[in-house]
Amino acid sequence: MERFAELLDDLYFTNSNLAKETILSNYLRSTPDPDRGWALAAIAGTLTFDLFKRNVIKSLMMDRMDPFLFDISRHYVGEMSETVALAWPRSDDPVRLNRLPSLHEVIGEFQSRSKVEIRDYLIILLDNMSPSQRWALLKLGTRGLRIGMSARSVKQTLAKMKGVDIDIVEAAWHGLTPPYQDLFAWVDGRAELPDMSQIVTFSPVMLAHPIDEEKDLARITPATHQAEWKWDGIRIQIASNGKEGDDREAKVFSRKGEDISASFPDLIDVVDFNGVIDGELVVRPNGDIGSFNDLQQRLNKKKPTKTLIEKFPAHVIAYDVMEWESETLRHLPLIRRRETLKRVVEAYSDDYITLSETLPFKTVEDLIALREQAAQTGGLIEGLMVKDINSVYTSGRPKHAWYKWKRDPFLLDAVLMYARRGTGKRSSFYSDYTFGLWDEDGALLPIGKAYFGFTDEELKKIDNWVRSHKLNRFGPVQEVKKELVFEVAFDAAQVSSRHKSGYALRFPRIHRIRWDKPAAEADRIETLAKLVGA
Amino acid sequence: MSNSPAEQWMQVRPEGLYCAPADIYIDPIEPVTRAIITHGHADHARSGHGEVFATPETIDIMRTRYYLGDETRENGLKYGQRFDLGNGVTLWFASAGHILGSAQAVIEFEGTRVVAAGDYKRHPDPTCAPFEVIPCDVFITEATFALPVFQHPPLETEVEKLLRSLRTLPNRTHIVGVYALGKCQRVMKTLRLAGYEAPFYIHGALKRLTELYESYGQDFGAWELVSDIPRADKHLFQGKIVLCPPAQINDRWSRRFADPLPTVASGWMQIRARARQKRAEMALVVSDHADWGDLIRTCEETKAGDIWITHGRVEALEYALKQRGMQAKALNLIGRDESVE
Repeated sequence: MERFAELLDDLYFTNSNLAKETILSNYLRSTPDPDRGWALAAIAGTLTFDLFKRNVIKSLMMDRMDPFLFDISRHYVGEMSETVALAWPRSDDPVRLNRLPSLHEVIGEFQSRSKVEIRDYLIILLDNMSPSQRWALLKLGTRGLRIGMSARSVKQTLAKMKGVDIDIVEAAWHGLTPPYQDLFAWVDGRAELPDMSQIVTFSPVMLAHPIDEEKDLARITPATHQAEWKWDGIRIQIASNGKEGDDREAKVFSRKGEDISASFPDLIDVVDFNGVIDGELVVRPNGDIGSFNDLQQRLNKKKPTKTLIEKFPAHVIAYDVMEWESETLRHLPLIRRRETLKRVVEAYSDDYITLSETLPFKTVEDLIALREQAAQTGGLIEGLMVKDINSVYTSGRPKHAWYKWKRDPFLLDAVLMYARRGTGKRSSFYSDYTFGLWDEDGALLPIGKAYFGFTDEELKKIDNWVRSHKLNRFGPVQEVKKELVFEVAFDAAQVSSRHKSGYALRFPRIHRIRWDKPAAEADRIETLAKLVGA
Repeated sequence: MSNSPAEQWMQVRPEGLYCAPADIYIDPIEPVTRAIITHGHADHARSGHGEVFATPETIDIMRTRYYLGDETRENGLKYGQRFDLGNGVTLWFASAGHILGSAQAVIEFEGTRVVAAGDYKRHPDPTCAPFEVIPCDVFITEATFALPVFQHPPLETEVEKLLRSLRTLPNRTHIVGVYALGKCQRVMKTLRLAGYEAPFYIHGALKRLTELYESYGQDFGAWELVSDIPRADKHLFQGKIVLCPPAQINDRWSRRFADPLPTVASGWMQIRARARQKRAEMALVVSDHADWGDLIRTCEETKAGDIWITHGRVEALEYALKQRGMQAKALNLIGRDESVE
């Protein structure tokens, strides 16, 4: 337990992802099974059970601490677990442990105990622990760990330890369970990865290159390529084993392999094929394809209500099939895979799954016109996908197989209002910027934030500028004189009640720094309103 | 319960705590004719007073920080040395254990003894005299860390955390943010006692006060100013400790170091979110104030019939003291700056 608590502390306070990966791999190398597997599960968020309930902790505290003092403490700290970890009043006559149990012993004890015994065991542990060990235990036990390390980053760490591509870990991941002894046997070189063919897992996806208009357009002909809309949803993968009853398994994964099935029960319910499909997930309020904003209502909702599902039903625009009836189709050319995909999709109601249509074109000019058409959809369609019809399905980003051709971003001249310092390498630089547009009364309203799109040289110049144009300070946020204009690029804008300006930008970035432009000549809110057609 | 007679002659005024019969303020936040200064931190010691009473160390600190001009008359009183303030009021100082020269002001008038403790701590500190419990009628306490979540760990374990990190990350420059007066010297001394042998590299803002501590016999071993070392010699700092004011740990100044590891040493570092806010990659809980247990214990040990609370988490301490049957009230003094810790 000591090592685990130290690990969490180290990860918590480290900013850089690379440093976090090093810390984690050092821990995994030096810690025996099954402790390291449980630690891995805690960090990757794959534990499926609580060791104890939050209520137990709360009632323990109420028994031993004055409720008023507990309340103002919690208010001050801002969080219950940390408050308990710091303020825990030791028992008058505590049971003394000669050593703290190891991580797997702790987990084993909690799982084998009855409710009353769980309470007693928790008291013994808390009495014998330091504040940061208590924090680790409480976070582990209630699965509330937030240490800024993604599941992806955990898999990356494992891949680096083994010296393989992350796809290999990714492919096996969903078939493995804590404490991951088979996984570590493989990392250590003592065994092969277990056979996953019967288990529904995520398989790494194929990605597109942005088109290089000067070089790539010349390669594209109607005989060799197909064009599709690039919808503004999220890329997903549906994998299912086609079985019935208890054996039935169907899952929806995000592009990065995160299992998001729980958020989309409406989709999971209808899937009954045996295969793996690649597509774009959108929602269909009132039967029409909704905006990304609409889709966001459904993302990250682990238990969507019936009302929410009815208002924003899930819909998949399918564009590829990688496996069918337990056979891989990845080695087949796209045009052949698409034949299978057509048959699959026909079996489903248009309400849930439709085929991504191929757009007719004869010349490059036709494609340009289609792309222009996409630009008129108010952000629903982001542009075009152009794919070589003979491309096989490989993970990663193979050259000249698939192109994405986004419509041009929207551009606005906005005024820098606030800056704050970045993290890691950028922690001494003001690198995160909030900018705004003028309203009709001549006031600036913030419309968004961006922290990239500029070079290191430009960053230094802006940092200098911020330091010599300071106004008020609000905690970490530095207000500056309203004098510097950024040309801001963004993919779409939505009406949003959360922002004072009434709009939220999608994917904003700094396009150019307009050192030359007077702030008074920056754009007005109305210009943004016209751009998004609101 | 009847209130102490001190209620009549110790008053809260906008300038600070005021002793009427002697016409003198304790740690006033504005220039006054006569002032008692408990210690040299900027939120207690100010410039522009007509006459100042403090320990000789505190007077020295105030001079170093330019708080004493020609207009100010200085009265240095050693711990325990009694002084007649006039009108039957006697003043003497007892050590407070907060920083070098820090004192509790003991004021006696008509058989009643009031102790204004200023800022104080009970944990050991090799750079200043330990806190002395003075039995009194009225004990005036601070409440900076007056919440049950504040239970300060021994400084040795925190310093060990830093030394362990130096061993495991020998290529990183460990930049430790410390307040220039007190914290800096206490951390340096404790590191020496724990066996750290390399020279300390320090920011210019820490120099004068460190020298002042040395003039009182403190030995911090070798230290050098970062600014005296050529910019090209970045490697010199690798795996070493650099000390600077907290605001500099990840600002322009720190860019001169290769792969710096920003660390903050302060009592506030107990709260994780506070440490993250400062963008510290290592948080050392080093406090020069009494923690929750020590605040309550001290109030009890003085056997004071009345406890007055000046600044900090006043509400919690008042509540807890009353729960223990003590008479306690909040004075609501203004102008105390918690970033000093």
